[in-house]
Amino acid sequence: MHADPVGVLTGAHFLDGDHAACEGAIAAGARFSAGYPITPSTEVVERFSQRAPKIGATFIQMEDELAASIAILGAAWGGAKAFTVTSGPGFSLMMEHIGYAVMTETPCVFIDVQRGGPSTGLPTLPAQADMMQVKWGSHGDYEIIALCPNSPQECFDLVIKAFNYSEQYRVPVFVMMDEVVGHMTEKVVIPRAEEIEIEPRRWTSKDKSAFQIFAPCGDEQVPEMTKAGDGYKVHVTGLTHNERGYPDMTPAVQDSLVRRLVGKIRDNAEKICITEQHDIEDADVVVVSYGITSRVAQRAIETGRAEGLKVGSLRLITAWPFPDHIIRAIAPKVKGIVVAELNLGQMVREVERSAAGQCKVKLVGHAGGTVHKPEEILKAIREVVR
Amino acid sequence: MARGSVSIVVERCKACGFCVEFCPGKVLALSAAFNSKGYHPPHAVTPEKCNGCDLCGMYCPDFAIHGYRTDKPAAEAAETEKEPDDAC
Amino acid sequence: MSSPVISITKPGNPVEDILRTDRMPHIWCPGCGIGTTVNCFTRALIDSKTDLDKLSIVSGIGCTGRVAGYVNLDSFHTTHGRAIPFATGLKLASPDMTVVVYSGDGDLFAIGGNHLIHAARRNLDIKVICVNNLTYAMTGGQTGPATPLDVITATAAYGTYDPPFNLPQLVDAAGAVYVARWTTFHVRQLAKAMAEMFKKKGFGFIEVISPCPTLYQRRNRMGDGLDTMKFYKQLSKIKHGAPTSEVGLSKSGEIIVGKFVDRERPDFTTMMHAHLAEQLGDKYLPAEAPVCS
Repeated sequence: MHADPVGVLTGAHFLDGDHAACEGAIAAGARFSAGYPITPSTEVVERFSQRAPKIGATFIQMEDELAASIAILGAAWGGAKAFTVTSGPGFSLMMEHIGYAVMTETPCVFIDVQRGGPSTGLPTLPAQADMMQVKWGSHGDYEIIALCPNSPQECFDLVIKAFNYSEQYRVPVFVMMDEVVGHMTEKVVIPRAEEIEIEPRRWTSKDKSAFQIFAPCGDEQVPEMTKAGDGYKVHVTGLTHNERGYPDMTPAVQDSLVRRLVGKIRDNAEKICITEQHDIEDADVVVVSYGITSRVAQRAIETGRAEGLKVGSLRLITAWPFPDHIIRAIAPKVKGIVVAELNLGQMVREVERSAAGQCKVKLVGHAGGTVHKPEEILKAIREVVR
Repeated sequence: MARGSVSIVVERCKACGFCVEFCPGKVLALSAAFNSKGYHPPHAVTPEKCNGCDLCGMYCPDFAIHGYRTDKPAAEAAETEKEPDDAC
Repeated sequence: MSSPVISITKPGNPVEDILRTDRMPHIWCPGCGIGTTVNCFTRALIDSKTDLDKLSIVSGIGCTGRVAGYVNLDSFHTTHGRAIPFATGLKLASPDMTVVVYSGDGDLFAIGGNHLIHAARRNLDIKVICVNNLTYAMTGGQTGPATPLDVITATAAYGTYDPPFNLPQLVDAAGAVYVARWTTFHVRQLAKAMAEMFKKKGFGFIEVISPCPTLYQRRNRMGDGLDTMKFYKQLSKIKHGAPTSEVGLSKSGEIIVGKFVDRERPDFTTMMHAHLAEQLGDKYLPAEAPVCS
């Protein structure tokens, strides 16, 4: 279905990533946000708080990120598409509720505009050091989907994609921005509402006696959804539960439930993964990057190619689920893979794991605070090719 | 002539004694019988004193007993007649 | 051996329809008062003729938190201390819903304390039932924010020495419009208070003092559930309108019960609508439920 024209600011705009992300959420149909201010993400919800009363949406600034991260889940169960926005320290506070969202299969979106860490770190400067946290930060076994925009336009587009994925898979979805993408101002084209594809919530039409809120169905094995007030008398709990939703804390139910929650994403990984690939076919070296680093890497790759080096690029648009299948296909054919990221080695571990020793993997890390210089990445490309 | 009566779901009872203590008519006492968990459920020792006030029902933490009026059957009977699991 | 069953033809217990009888018997201990509070709750729902499709219950973690699993309503068993912010989101996205938060003293006043005071400050239209058994029961009876002084707990082997919150006072100070306290002995008054609270717009709060015979009472040699109920009967004093600063609890002292606060204050949503309508005029588009397509 298409976006609701109310709230779609069709046209060409000059927006920064934070603002574009807000517009993406609105275009996707988000009509509830609960937030807490944290640099460099605050503008997303500031803008939403201004737009909300004119588009039939609700914004509430909660007392902390713990409250914000569960208020959106309450709103989701009240029927709304809901999201929250934060950065590192707030993201850490939200971890318990991320696990709760996964366990209760609540569709929702979390936007993390990454900044230097750990701890208070560099509030106004970039990093990409929450990439492992987004996957592993909450306790227990679970899978999520995470998207990495590299421009304000992508902030708009990928936030919509995030909402769509969250409805399709009944899972929290993350948009991993960074301070540079969030605060850079570029042209953002917002199409007409009829041109924006939106996934509706998978409302059940089953009879009240037949419907089970956690019973998987369809090709993707995802349960249908309902909301409080529709008469289904659902029970939603974070305890290990059966398909009816009742706590059933036995090893057998634990096995079937957790495997299903994990399988929902893992079994559909190849469908979910989005990458941008160039010149992989004949590459001697492939540069893997995401977010703002991919734009620096682009310069390094172009320079390398101009020198005659056979450099391919693999940009992770979805960082999670990680595209194992793509790396497994590339690794035997190249001399090496260069991973450039604004951290001291996070997604590189996934590349190493998938490559399974079939090629060299070289990290171009960075503690954060600014972006790489293209020369650093180019140097690594040259070393790998040698 | 009793104006009320009680209905007991024996298997739910945990013999806490609230109903026995707080029945205004002192109708109930814990019986010598056991339910399958080993608790002594209550029984009416002076059923003629029951006026169906349902204080026992309100106190029972286990939803194992409730009282009802028998002298106004049309008004008091619940719409859905349920047979509680009260096999003894 | 006498038959335990009286009267073969009998009407069903009207509260059974509001219970998830397929999950009975429940996990609460013999003599625990939580089930008693649920009896009062279900009767209050019936007496206030609440549309049960339009009432949701949200709970936190703990023995009282398990209430959500046993009532046949849209029920949400959330994370420790965060029932209130969940309820906030639920209420704002679904304004026609009556949202009841049913949780315990530790969940609402320790880990959840911050959310409680903000919800009261905002006067969110949610109804909070706090079963106060003076301890963290589910985890084995540790000291909680409501545990009185000189009480033995699992984490205070020599007795507590940090003073507890006075729950009605805290909630009153934070801005609640309805504040009452009863004990599990006061079943009729409690059911009536709950029904009254459901009908009143704004942040409502009822504290119910309840036995935890397995942990709190046992460690302090205070007898079992029935002994505790008799203790409540003996030591309670009904003082409607009492200043909340004067209703603090102690280990064996007086228990002041009654309705302490019942005042009028516009609730959050009313204030939001009024303000935004005034500021934006016909540009204001209020959110309506359901909000998502």
